[in-house]
Amino acid sequence: MKCAYYPGCSLRGTGRAYEESLLAVFRSLGIEIQELDDWNCCGATTYLSVDELTSYALAARNLALAERDHMDIVAPCAACYLVLNKTQRYIRDYPDIKTVVSRALSRIGLEYHDRIRVRHPLDLFLNDIGLKAIVAKVVRPLKGLKVAPYYGCQIVRPYATFDNQRNPTSMDQLLEACGATVVSYPLKTRCCGGSQKGTLPEIGLHLIRYLIAEAQKNGADVIATVCPLCQFNLECFQKEAGSRRHPLSIPVLYFTQLMALALGAPAATIGLRRSLVPVEPVLTVKEIAYA
Amino acid sequence: MDLKRTVKFEADRDPEFARWISHTVGGERIRHCLQCGLCSASCPLSLYMDYTPRRLMHLSREGFKEEVLSSSSIWLCTACYACMVECPKKINITHLMYALKERAIDEGFYPKRFPIPVMAQQFCHMVRGSGRITESWLIVRVFLRTAVWRLIGMSRLGWKLLLAGRMPARKEKIQRQHEIEVLLDSVAATRKELAL
Repeated sequence: MKCAYYPGCSLRGTGRAYEESLLAVFRSLGIEIQELDDWNCCGATTYLSVDELTSYALAARNLALAERDHMDIVAPCAACYLVLNKTQRYIRDYPDIKTVVSRALSRIGLEYHDRIRVRHPLDLFLNDIGLKAIVAKVVRPLKGLKVAPYYGCQIVRPYATFDNQRNPTSMDQLLEACGATVVSYPLKTRCCGGSQKGTLPEIGLHLIRYLIAEAQKNGADVIATVCPLCQFNLECFQKEAGSRRHPLSIPVLYFTQLMALALGAPAATIGLRRSLVPVEPVLTVKEIAYA
Repeated sequence: MDLKRTVKFEADRDPEFARWISHTVGGERIRHCLQCGLCSASCPLSLYMDYTPRRLMHLSREGFKEEVLSSSSIWLCTACYACMVECPKKINITHLMYALKERAIDEGFYPKRFPIPVMAQQFCHMVRGSGRITESWLIVRVFLRTAVWRLIGMSRLGWKLLLAGRMPARKEKIQRQHEIEVLLDSVAATRKELAL
Protein backbone atom coordinates (compact mmCIF):
# COMPACT_ATOMS: atom_id res chain seq x y z
CA MET A 1 0.00 0.00 0.00
CA LYS A 2 1.12 3.51 -0.78
CA CYS A 3 2.10 5.66 2.21
CA ALA A 4 1.97 9.41 2.71
CA TYR A 5 5.50 10.53 3.45
CA TYR A 6 5.63 13.23 6.12
CA PRO A 7 9.20 14.56 6.23
CA GLY A 8 8.83 17.24 8.88
CA CYS A 9 10.82 20.44 9.06
CA SER A 10 14.17 19.02 10.24
CA LEU A 11 14.54 16.73 7.26
CA ARG A 12 14.57 19.81 5.05
CA GLY A 13 17.31 21.44 7.18
CA THR A 14 19.92 19.85 9.42
CA GLY A 15 18.53 16.39 8.71
CA ARG A 16 18.86 16.47 4.90
CA ALA A 17 20.93 13.27 4.93
CA TYR A 18 18.08 11.45 6.70
CA GLU A 19 15.64 12.30 3.90
CA GLU A 20 18.09 11.44 1.12
CA SER A 21 19.01 8.06 2.60
CA LEU A 22 15.44 7.21 3.60
CA LEU A 23 14.21 7.79 0.06
CA ALA A 24 17.06 5.60 -1.21
CA VAL A 25 15.98 2.78 1.11
CA PHE A 26 12.34 3.18 0.03
CA ARG A 27 13.44 2.85 -3.60
CA SER A 28 15.60 -0.22 -2.95
CA LEU A 29 12.89 -2.00 -0.99
CA GLY A 30 10.16 -1.03 -3.45
CA ILE A 31 8.07 0.93 -0.94
CA GLU A 32 5.76 3.31 -2.74
CA ILE A 33 5.38 6.73 -1.17
CA GLN A 34 3.94 10.10 -2.00
CA GLU A 35 4.79 13.26 -0.12
CA LEU A 36 1.85 14.45 1.99
CA ASP A 37 0.10 17.26 0.13
CA ASP A 38 1.10 20.67 1.54
CA TRP A 39 2.00 19.32 4.99
CA ASN A 40 2.59 21.74 7.84
CA CYS A 41 4.78 21.71 10.97
CA CYS A 42 3.53 19.19 13.55
CA GLY A 43 4.22 21.63 16.38
CA ALA A 44 6.93 19.39 17.90
CA THR A 45 7.54 19.46 21.62
CA THR A 46 7.79 23.24 21.56
CA TYR A 47 4.26 24.17 20.55
CA LEU A 48 2.83 21.73 23.09
CA SER A 49 4.32 23.72 25.94
CA VAL A 50 2.88 27.04 24.82
CA ASP A 51 -0.52 26.18 23.52
CA GLU A 52 -1.60 22.59 23.73
CA LEU A 53 -5.00 22.81 22.08
CA THR A 54 -3.66 24.65 19.06
CA SER A 55 -0.88 22.12 18.65
CA TYR A 56 -3.44 19.31 18.28
CA ALA A 57 -5.25 21.26 15.57
CA LEU A 58 -1.97 21.82 13.71
CA ALA A 59 -1.06 18.13 13.84
CA ALA A 60 -4.61 17.12 12.92
CA ARG A 61 -4.44 19.05 9.65
CA ASN A 62 -1.75 16.60 8.53
CA LEU A 63 -3.77 13.61 9.71
CA ALA A 64 -6.84 14.89 7.87
CA LEU A 65 -4.89 15.50 4.66
CA ALA A 66 -3.59 11.91 4.71
CA GLU A 67 -7.04 10.55 5.45
CA ARG A 68 -8.52 12.52 2.56
CA ASP A 69 -5.97 10.85 0.28
CA HIS A 70 -6.60 7.38 1.87
CA MET A 71 -3.01 6.81 2.96
CA ASP A 72 -1.22 5.92 6.20
CA ILE A 73 1.41 8.41 7.28
CA VAL A 74 5.05 7.43 7.54
CA ALA A 75 6.93 9.88 9.77
CA PRO A 76 10.70 9.41 10.14
CA CYS A 77 11.33 12.24 12.64
CA ALA A 78 10.89 11.16 16.26
CA ALA A 79 9.10 14.34 17.33
CA CYS A 80 6.68 14.25 14.38
CA TYR A 81 5.99 10.57 14.98
CA LEU A 82 5.20 11.20 18.63
CA VAL A 83 3.12 14.34 18.13
CA LEU A 84 0.98 12.80 15.38
CA ASN A 85 0.39 9.66 17.45
CA LYS A 86 -0.36 11.67 20.56
CA THR A 87 -2.85 13.84 18.68
CA GLN A 88 -4.68 10.75 17.42
CA ARG A 89 -4.96 9.40 20.96
CA TYR A 90 -6.03 12.65 22.56
CA ILE A 91 -8.71 13.26 19.94
CA ARG A 92 -9.98 9.74 20.75
CA ASP A 93 -9.84 10.18 24.54
CA TYR A 94 -10.95 13.77 25.14
CA PRO A 95 -14.26 14.96 23.66
CA ASP A 96 -13.35 18.63 24.22
CA ILE A 97 -10.19 18.29 22.15
CA LYS A 98 -12.17 16.48 19.46
CA THR A 99 -14.69 19.32 19.30
CA VAL A 100 -12.02 21.99 19.01
CA VAL A 101 -10.10 20.07 16.36
CA SER A 102 -13.06 19.10 14.19
CA ARG A 103 -14.45 22.63 14.21
CA ALA A 104 -11.09 24.03 13.18
CA LEU A 105 -10.69 21.43 10.44
CA SER A 106 -14.18 22.05 9.08
CA ARG A 107 -13.26 25.72 8.56
CA ILE A 108 -10.64 24.67 6.05
CA GLY A 109 -12.79 22.00 4.44
CA LEU A 110 -11.19 18.96 6.07
CA GLU A 111 -12.50 16.12 8.21
CA TYR A 112 -10.82 13.57 10.42
CA HIS A 113 -12.41 10.25 11.38
CA ASP A 114 -9.48 8.35 12.86
CA ARG A 115 -9.14 5.97 9.92
CA ILE A 116 -5.39 6.10 9.31
CA ARG A 117 -2.26 4.96 11.10
CA VAL A 118 0.92 6.90 11.78
CA ARG A 119 3.94 4.70 11.31
CA HIS A 120 7.69 4.89 11.67
CA PRO A 121 10.07 3.60 9.00
CA LEU A 122 11.52 1.13 11.57
CA ASP A 123 8.06 -0.42 11.90
CA LEU A 124 7.52 -0.41 8.15
CA PHE A 125 10.85 -2.06 7.33
CA LEU A 126 10.67 -4.68 10.07
CA ASN A 127 7.00 -5.66 9.94
CA ASP A 128 5.86 -4.95 6.37
CA ILE A 129 9.01 -5.75 4.42
CA GLY A 130 10.58 -8.18 6.88
CA LEU A 131 14.16 -9.14 7.65
CA LYS A 132 14.25 -11.97 5.10
CA ALA A 133 13.45 -9.68 2.19
CA ILE A 134 16.01 -7.15 3.38
CA VAL A 135 18.78 -9.75 3.76
CA ALA A 136 18.04 -10.89 0.20
CA LYS A 137 18.55 -7.36 -1.12
CA VAL A 138 21.82 -6.61 0.69
CA VAL A 139 24.59 -6.24 -1.87
CA ARG A 140 27.26 -4.62 0.33
CA PRO A 141 27.19 -6.29 3.74
CA LEU A 142 28.54 -4.00 6.47
CA LYS A 143 30.86 -6.75 7.63
CA GLY A 144 32.83 -5.94 10.78
CA LEU A 145 31.24 -2.52 11.27
CA LYS A 146 30.40 -2.13 14.95
CA VAL A 147 27.33 0.01 15.48
CA ALA A 148 25.83 1.45 18.67
CA PRO A 149 22.06 1.67 18.05
CA TYR A 150 20.69 4.86 19.62
CA TYR A 151 16.89 5.17 19.67
CA GLY A 152 16.48 8.24 21.86
CA CYS A 153 13.24 9.05 23.62
CA GLN A 154 10.30 9.68 21.47
CA ILE A 155 10.27 6.77 19.06
CA VAL A 156 9.42 4.02 21.51
CA ARG A 157 8.14 6.12 24.38
CA PRO A 158 5.36 6.38 25.19
CA TYR A 159 3.21 5.18 22.30
CA ALA A 160 5.16 2.88 19.98
CA THR A 161 3.50 -0.47 19.79
CA PHE A 162 5.97 -2.05 17.43
CA ASP A 163 8.83 -2.39 19.90
CA ASN A 164 9.73 -2.76 23.57
CA GLN A 165 9.68 0.56 25.41
CA ARG A 166 12.62 -0.20 27.71
CA ASN A 167 14.83 -2.24 25.44
CA PRO A 168 13.87 -1.69 21.80
CA THR A 169 15.53 -3.97 19.25
CA SER A 170 13.96 -3.12 15.88
CA MET A 171 16.98 -1.09 14.69
CA ASP A 172 19.37 -3.74 16.08
CA GLN A 173 17.65 -6.37 13.92
CA LEU A 174 17.64 -4.23 10.80
CA LEU A 175 21.32 -3.36 11.14
CA GLU A 176 22.24 -6.98 11.76
CA ALA A 177 20.30 -7.92 8.64
CA CYS A 178 22.57 -5.49 6.80
CA GLY A 179 25.61 -7.38 8.07
CA ALA A 180 26.70 -4.97 10.79
CA THR A 181 27.67 -5.99 14.32
CA VAL A 182 25.51 -4.33 16.97
CA VAL A 183 27.39 -3.58 20.19
CA SER A 184 25.80 -3.53 23.61
CA TYR A 185 24.45 -0.06 24.28
CA PRO A 186 22.45 0.17 27.50
CA LEU A 187 21.86 3.91 27.08
CA LYS A 188 19.97 3.34 23.82
CA THR A 189 16.81 5.09 25.00
CA ARG A 190 18.40 7.67 27.31
CA CYS A 191 17.55 11.28 26.40
CA CYS A 192 20.07 13.37 24.40
CA GLY A 193 18.70 16.60 25.89
CA GLY A 194 16.66 17.68 22.87
CA SER A 195 16.83 21.43 22.44
CA GLN A 196 18.45 21.75 25.87
CA LYS A 197 21.87 22.16 24.23
CA GLY A 198 20.64 25.45 22.82
CA THR A 199 18.75 26.71 25.85
CA LEU A 200 20.74 25.34 28.84
CA PRO A 201 24.08 24.37 27.23
CA GLU A 202 25.87 22.92 30.28
CA ILE A 203 23.09 20.46 30.95
CA GLY A 204 22.74 19.48 27.32
CA LEU A 205 26.46 18.78 27.08
CA HIS A 206 26.35 16.63 30.19
CA LEU A 207 23.77 14.32 28.61
CA ILE A 208 25.55 14.23 25.27
CA ARG A 209 28.90 13.40 26.89
CA TYR A 210 27.62 10.21 28.53
CA LEU A 211 25.96 8.92 25.39
CA ILE A 212 29.06 9.26 23.22
CA ALA A 213 31.50 8.05 25.88
CA GLU A 214 29.41 4.93 26.44
CA ALA A 215 29.35 4.10 22.73
CA GLN A 216 33.12 4.54 22.44
CA LYS A 217 33.74 2.49 25.58
CA ASN A 218 31.70 -0.37 24.15
CA GLY A 219 33.84 -0.41 21.03
CA ALA A 220 31.43 1.11 18.51
CA ASP A 221 32.78 2.46 15.19
CA VAL A 222 29.64 4.51 14.53
CA ILE A 223 26.46 5.50 16.33
CA ALA A 224 23.21 4.95 14.42
CA THR A 225 20.26 7.24 15.17
CA VAL A 226 16.59 7.50 14.18
CA CYS A 227 15.99 11.14 15.05
CA PRO A 228 17.31 14.35 13.43
CA LEU A 229 17.73 16.15 16.76
CA CYS A 230 19.60 13.23 18.37
CA GLN A 231 21.89 13.06 15.34
CA PHE A 232 22.55 16.80 15.50
CA ASN A 233 23.26 16.79 19.24
CA LEU A 234 25.54 13.78 19.19
CA GLU A 235 27.49 14.84 16.12
CA CYS A 236 27.93 18.58 16.39
CA PHE A 237 29.09 18.98 19.98
CA GLN A 238 31.65 16.19 20.34
CA LYS A 239 34.58 18.54 20.74
CA GLU A 240 32.81 20.61 23.38
CA ALA A 241 31.56 17.54 25.23
CA GLY A 242 34.97 15.87 25.31
CA SER A 243 38.06 16.93 27.21
CA ARG A 244 41.78 16.68 26.53
CA ARG A 245 42.00 13.56 28.66
CA HIS A 246 38.84 12.03 27.25
CA PRO A 247 38.45 13.19 23.68
CA LEU A 248 35.24 12.21 21.91
CA SER A 249 35.13 11.48 18.21
CA ILE A 250 32.78 9.05 16.52
CA PRO A 251 30.70 9.33 13.33
CA VAL A 252 26.96 9.58 13.95
CA LEU A 253 24.81 8.34 11.07
CA TYR A 254 21.13 7.80 10.47
CA PHE A 255 20.22 4.12 10.46
CA THR A 256 18.87 4.66 6.95
CA GLN A 257 22.30 5.76 5.73
CA LEU A 258 23.75 2.44 6.88
CA MET A 259 20.84 0.50 5.37
CA ALA A 260 21.05 2.38 2.08
CA LEU A 261 24.79 1.68 1.94
CA ALA A 262 24.21 -2.04 2.45
CA LEU A 263 21.41 -2.05 -0.12
CA GLY A 264 23.87 -0.69 -2.68
CA ALA A 265 22.86 2.98 -2.99
CA PRO A 266 25.73 5.17 -4.26
CA ALA A 267 27.38 7.15 -1.44
CA ALA A 268 26.75 10.46 -3.18
CA THR A 269 22.98 9.97 -2.93
CA ILE A 270 22.73 9.14 0.77
CA GLY A 271 24.28 12.23 2.31
CA LEU A 272 27.50 10.73 3.71
CA ARG A 273 29.25 13.95 2.71
CA ARG A 274 26.98 15.95 5.01
CA SER A 275 28.52 14.47 8.16
CA LEU A 276 30.69 16.76 10.25
CA VAL A 277 32.58 13.76 11.64
CA PRO A 278 33.55 11.90 8.45
CA VAL A 279 32.60 8.23 8.28
CA GLU A 280 34.70 7.39 5.20
CA PRO A 281 37.91 6.57 7.19
CA VAL A 282 36.03 3.95 9.22
CA LEU A 283 34.50 2.41 6.09
CA THR A 284 37.94 2.27 4.43
CA VAL A 285 39.46 0.48 7.43
CA LYS A 286 36.61 -2.05 7.43
CA GLU A 287 37.01 -2.49 3.64
CA ILE A 288 33.42 -1.54 2.94
CA ALA A 289 33.14 -0.02 -0.52
CA TYR A 290 31.17 3.22 -0.51
CA ALA A 291 31.95 4.89 -3.81
CA MET B 1 21.13 37.16 57.38
CA ASP B 2 18.17 36.46 55.13
CA LEU B 3 15.95 34.12 57.07
CA LYS B 4 13.11 32.33 55.34
CA ARG B 5 10.54 29.94 56.65
CA THR B 6 11.39 26.51 55.24
CA VAL B 7 8.30 24.64 56.38
CA LYS B 8 5.19 25.12 54.29
CA PHE B 9 1.89 25.93 55.99
CA GLU B 10 -1.45 24.66 54.85
CA ALA B 11 -2.51 28.29 54.46
CA ASP B 12 0.11 28.75 51.70
CA ARG B 13 -1.86 26.44 49.44
CA ASP B 14 -3.95 27.59 46.53
CA PRO B 15 -6.93 25.22 46.35
CA GLU B 16 -7.87 26.49 42.89
CA PHE B 17 -4.48 25.36 41.55
CA ALA B 18 -4.92 21.91 43.09
CA ARG B 19 -8.34 21.60 41.47
CA TRP B 20 -7.01 22.79 38.13
CA ILE B 21 -4.16 20.27 38.02
CA SER B 22 -6.40 17.28 38.72
CA HIS B 23 -8.90 18.40 36.07
CA THR B 24 -6.50 19.40 33.35
CA VAL B 25 -5.82 17.07 30.41
CA GLY B 26 -3.42 14.38 31.66
CA GLY B 27 -3.93 15.22 35.35
CA GLU B 28 -6.87 12.89 35.98
CA ARG B 29 -4.74 10.33 37.81
CA ILE B 30 -2.48 12.62 39.82
CA ARG B 31 -4.38 11.77 43.03
CA HIS B 32 -3.31 8.15 42.57
CA CYS B 33 0.37 9.06 42.97
CA LEU B 34 2.06 6.78 45.53
CA GLN B 35 5.14 9.00 45.89
CA CYS B 36 7.26 5.96 45.00
CA GLY B 37 9.87 8.08 43.21
CA LEU B 38 10.28 5.97 40.05
CA CYS B 39 9.72 9.15 38.04
CA SER B 40 12.62 10.93 39.75
CA ALA B 41 14.84 7.87 39.44
CA SER B 42 14.21 7.44 35.72
CA CYS B 43 14.48 11.16 34.91
CA PRO B 44 17.81 11.97 33.21
CA LEU B 45 17.57 15.57 34.43
CA SER B 46 16.31 15.18 37.99
CA LEU B 47 19.81 15.70 39.33
CA TYR B 48 19.64 19.32 38.18
CA MET B 49 16.13 20.05 39.41
CA ASP B 50 15.19 22.05 42.50
CA TYR B 51 12.12 19.84 42.94
CA THR B 52 12.37 16.34 41.48
CA PRO B 53 9.32 15.08 39.54
CA ARG B 54 8.06 13.13 42.57
CA ARG B 55 8.10 16.23 44.77
CA LEU B 56 6.62 18.33 41.99
CA MET B 57 3.67 15.94 41.63
CA HIS B 58 2.98 16.17 45.36
CA LEU B 59 3.38 19.94 45.58
CA SER B 60 1.10 20.55 42.63
CA ARG B 61 -1.74 18.28 43.72
CA GLU B 62 -1.65 19.95 47.13
CA GLY B 63 -1.85 23.37 45.49
CA PHE B 64 1.54 24.96 46.18
CA LYS B 65 1.28 27.07 43.07
CA GLU B 66 4.16 29.50 43.68
CA GLU B 67 6.69 26.75 44.33
CA VAL B 68 5.58 24.69 41.36
CA LEU B 69 5.35 27.41 38.74
CA SER B 70 8.63 29.06 39.72
CA SER B 71 10.45 25.71 39.87
CA SER B 72 13.30 25.08 37.42
CA SER B 73 12.09 21.50 36.93
CA ILE B 74 9.32 22.33 34.51
CA TRP B 75 11.86 23.97 32.17
CA LEU B 76 14.41 21.19 32.50
CA CYS B 77 11.95 18.53 31.35
CA THR B 78 12.84 17.48 27.81
CA ALA B 79 9.67 15.39 27.39
CA CYS B 80 11.53 12.09 27.07
CA TYR B 81 8.58 10.21 28.65
CA ALA B 82 10.80 7.96 30.81
CA CYS B 83 8.79 8.84 33.95
CA MET B 84 5.50 8.13 32.24
CA VAL B 85 6.58 4.70 31.06
CA GLU B 86 7.88 3.76 34.53
CA CYS B 87 4.99 5.18 36.59
CA PRO B 88 3.16 2.24 38.25
CA LYS B 89 0.00 4.34 38.48
CA LYS B 90 0.15 5.41 34.83
CA ILE B 91 0.15 9.10 35.63
CA ASN B 92 0.78 11.24 32.58
CA ILE B 93 3.68 13.11 34.20
CA THR B 94 5.24 14.38 30.98
CA HIS B 95 1.96 15.86 29.88
CA LEU B 96 1.52 17.58 33.24
CA MET B 97 4.94 19.17 32.75
CA TYR B 98 3.62 20.64 29.49
CA ALA B 99 0.52 21.92 31.26
CA LEU B 100 2.68 23.52 33.97
CA LYS B 101 4.92 25.17 31.35
CA GLU B 102 1.90 26.59 29.56
CA ARG B 103 0.51 27.99 32.79
CA ALA B 104 3.89 29.39 33.90
CA ILE B 105 4.18 31.24 30.57
CA ASP B 106 0.60 32.54 30.84
CA GLU B 107 1.21 33.84 34.35
CA GLY B 108 4.69 35.20 33.71
CA PHE B 109 6.57 32.87 36.07
CA TYR B 110 9.96 32.74 34.40
CA PRO B 111 13.26 34.64 34.57
CA LYS B 112 13.81 37.50 32.13
CA ARG B 113 15.68 36.58 28.93
CA PHE B 114 15.20 32.91 29.79
CA PRO B 115 15.61 31.21 26.39
CA ILE B 116 13.06 28.38 26.65
CA PRO B 117 9.84 30.45 26.66
CA VAL B 118 11.37 32.83 24.11
CA MET B 119 12.12 29.91 21.83
CA ALA B 120 8.59 28.57 22.28
CA GLN B 121 7.06 31.93 21.38
CA GLN B 122 9.29 32.40 18.34
CA PHE B 123 8.45 28.89 17.22
CA CYS B 124 4.72 29.62 17.33
CA HIS B 125 5.23 32.90 15.54
CA MET B 126 7.06 31.12 12.72
CA VAL B 127 4.40 28.43 12.40
CA ARG B 128 1.72 31.09 12.05
CA GLY B 129 3.71 32.98 9.46
CA SER B 130 5.01 30.12 7.30
CA GLY B 131 3.35 26.88 8.42
CA ARG B 132 6.75 25.26 8.72
CA ILE B 133 9.95 25.78 10.70
CA THR B 134 13.27 26.75 9.15
CA GLU B 135 15.72 25.78 11.87
CA SER B 136 18.46 28.24 10.97
CA TRP B 137 16.06 31.21 11.10
CA LEU B 138 14.57 30.03 14.37
CA ILE B 139 17.97 29.75 16.08
CA VAL B 140 19.03 33.23 14.96
CA ARG B 141 15.77 34.79 16.11
CA VAL B 142 15.95 33.15 19.54
CA PHE B 143 19.53 34.18 20.22
CA LEU B 144 18.96 37.73 19.01
CA ARG B 145 16.39 38.02 21.77
CA THR B 146 18.26 36.22 24.55
CA ALA B 147 22.02 35.92 24.16
CA VAL B 148 23.48 37.65 21.12
CA TRP B 149 27.06 36.81 22.15
CA ARG B 150 26.35 33.10 21.79
CA LEU B 151 25.59 33.58 18.10
CA ILE B 152 29.24 34.47 17.61
CA GLY B 153 30.34 31.34 19.47
CA MET B 154 28.11 29.28 17.22
CA SER B 155 29.19 30.82 13.95
CA ARG B 156 31.87 28.14 13.38
CA LEU B 157 29.31 25.36 13.63
CA GLY B 158 26.92 27.37 11.48
CA TRP B 159 29.54 27.72 8.77
CA LYS B 160 30.29 23.99 8.79
CA LEU B 161 26.60 23.16 8.52
CA LEU B 162 26.22 25.66 5.70
CA LEU B 163 29.03 23.99 3.77
CA ALA B 164 27.45 20.58 4.33
CA GLY B 165 24.18 21.91 2.87
CA ARG B 166 22.38 21.52 6.18
CA MET B 167 21.55 25.20 6.73
CA PRO B 168 19.40 26.28 3.80
CA ALA B 169 18.91 30.05 3.73
CA ARG B 170 15.60 29.72 1.92
CA LYS B 171 12.60 29.89 4.23
CA GLU B 172 10.30 26.89 4.11
CA LYS B 173 6.69 27.83 3.53
CA ILE B 174 3.51 25.90 2.82
CA GLN B 175 1.33 26.78 -0.18
CA ARG B 176 -2.00 27.25 1.58
CA GLN B 177 -0.73 29.47 4.38
CA HIS B 178 -4.18 31.00 4.95
CA GLU B 179 -5.41 27.59 6.15
CA ILE B 180 -3.02 27.75 9.11
CA GLU B 181 -4.30 31.18 10.08
CA VAL B 182 -7.93 30.06 9.82
CA LEU B 183 -7.09 26.96 11.86
CA LEU B 184 -5.37 28.92 14.64
CA ASP B 185 -8.13 31.53 14.82
CA SER B 186 -10.81 28.89 14.93
CA VAL B 187 -9.12 27.16 17.89
CA ALA B 188 -8.94 30.46 19.75
CA ALA B 189 -12.62 31.16 19.06
CA THR B 190 -13.81 27.71 20.16
CA ARG B 191 -11.68 27.91 23.27
CA LYS B 192 -13.33 31.17 24.23
CA GLU B 193 -16.81 29.89 23.45
CA LEU B 194 -16.45 26.68 25.47
CA ALA B 195 -14.24 28.32 28.13
CA LEU B 196 -11.52 25.65 27.84
